Amino acid sequence: MTDWPQIHTVGLSGVLVSFADKLSEPANRAALAFRATVDAQDWPEVSETSTSLVSTFLRVDLAATPFEAIKEKLISLIGDKDWFSAPLPQGRTLWHVPTVYGTDLAPQLEEAAKVAGVDPDQAIKELSETRVRVLTIGFAPGQPYLGELSETWNIPRQQQLTQAVPAGALVVAVKQLVVFTNITPTGWRHVGQTAFRTFRPDAEKAFALSPGDEMVFPPISAPEFKTIQVKDTSGNGGAVTEVLS
Amino acid sequence: MSASLTILQAGPALSLQDLGRPGFLAQGLTKGGASDPTALNEGAALLRQAASNAVIEMAGTGGSFRPDTDIRIALTGAKMAANIDGEAVIWNASHLLPAGTTLTIGGAQNGSYGYLHVGGGFATEPQMGSRASHLSAGLGQALKSGDVLPIGSDSSKETGMTLPADTRFGGGVVRVVASMQTEAFAPETRERFFQTAFKRDSRANRMGVRMDHDGEGFSTDGQLSIVSEVIVPGDIQITGDGAPFVLMCECQTTGGYPRIGTVIPCDLPRVAQAQTGAAIKFEFVDMEQAVALQLRYLKEIKSLVSAVTPLVRDPANIRDLLSYQLVGGVISANADPFEEGF
Repeated sequence: MTDWPQIHTVGLSGVLVSFADKLSEPANRAALAFRATVDAQDWPEVSETSTSLVSTFLRVDLAATPFEAIKEKLISLIGDKDWFSAPLPQGRTLWHVPTVYGTDLAPQLEEAAKVAGVDPDQAIKELSETRVRVLTIGFAPGQPYLGELSETWNIPRQQQLTQAVPAGALVVAVKQLVVFTNITPTGWRHVGQTAFRTFRPDAEKAFALSPGDEMVFPPISAPEFKTIQVKDTSGNGGAVTEVLS
Repeated sequence: MSASLTILQAGPALSLQDLGRPGFLAQGLTKGGASDPTALNEGAALLRQAASNAVIEMAGTGGSFRPDTDIRIALTGAKMAANIDGEAVIWNASHLLPAGTTLTIGGAQNGSYGYLHVGGGFATEPQMGSRASHLSAGLGQALKSGDVLPIGSDSSKETGMTLPADTRFGGGVVRVVASMQTEAFAPETRERFFQTAFKRDSRANRMGVRMDHDGEGFSTDGQLSIVSEVIVPGDIQITGDGAPFVLMCECQTTGGYPRIGTVIPCDLPRVAQAQTGAAIKFEFVDMEQAVALQLRYLKEIKSLVSAVTPLVRDPANIRDLLSYQLVGGVISANADPFEEGF
């Protein structure tokens, strides 16, 4: 791990601190912890921060702030601790999002179970009981990449795209889950359906999730799902939340 | 009284844009905003107002527009043939658009994006702090025929001003700095990239612009799989077929394709404005040069206000010459010298 983290410029738009060259739980945690620490510094030259799977990005106008200056501050901050063993930031949210597995609402549960080599009941049990972390947000606004699931779920994306998987769909591939922001063609398999809206442009808080949040998808029946759709107009889809410390 | 502009006929790709919506990168939303921010600054200088005002971005072709009251307009970006009730008006200039007249804007002649600015800016309801449409994110909508856009209050009456034409149209040399993945490409590949004559492909939009070239594609050593990483506008992504894509203002926030370099911000409008087939050459610059170029650009943007000059009209081109009072010699002390603009 001695080569990491690495500091790179990103055009003239900012600086990237990378903790690995492939996804791992410690590297993702390091990126989240480091971002929280950078945010707490409140450096005036940093206009926003974000994380991708294994990196922290700082938006800095490098025409106004020399890279060497910000690099020096980052090296000093990095040296403060072993980021790979740093705890996750406090104040994150755990979301329990009710989910219909299978049925017409999520028609690929059985197929996904078969590819994973488990029976459908076992698949529902594993998918609904695993607490997953928002590893990163991307592709579409507010859309979480969640993980990691057990090795059972290291299943490839399908070659043929499913033409239109609806918003709120819970899909699975490569040990990860995604909740779709918009109706999307995809190679990920559609195993569950939620009424959860990840992006709510007209709400006061446009984005439900932040990187580092955690999610769990308890099973409900199709009639229960219909009731939630009618009753919960907040975009939360009947989700309950708790603050993680 | 609030003014409005009716879109009588909308071209196929009109949208409301401003400087965009920063601050949501962590949640998967890029800043968006005008494809050619230089044009926003030019329009602002011509109308002597803030560059943050919302404008109509016209991709490829314009449309026709009618105000319900006298308004000021400015036309910037790619040159498009424009007329007011049949009378040709000059591009890259500000004009009075009288109530009830029709402004008609045709196809782009030397670039991709033209801009229609109004005095006071468009006053639609902001969404998440901006009026810019970000169609790939589902924010806002493409403008269509019949839309009526509210206009903010205008504090000036000056029209008939112009700016010298800029050189960012029609392609040319685009400066590039190293990205975090530049070294994943072999030195010979990088060298070949910077020697290649590219043409802007027809596949281009607000998310990205594909570059076409003869010869083999560009790829990283052994096509290493690269972990999905942050994207900034200007990143030159090499996709599976080896062709470069310059990522633009409405790109995704993260991506797993390797990036050979990043176009510096001051040259991104040149990429946006290059029309299909325009020749593009990428030139590598180090950080120090890039910073110097960007600072010089920012200085030029700041000085746009002082580069604005009155339009000089050739009397031979003034159709209604006889209606002008040419020798009256009476100047009212109360008249606003900018009212006529010349």
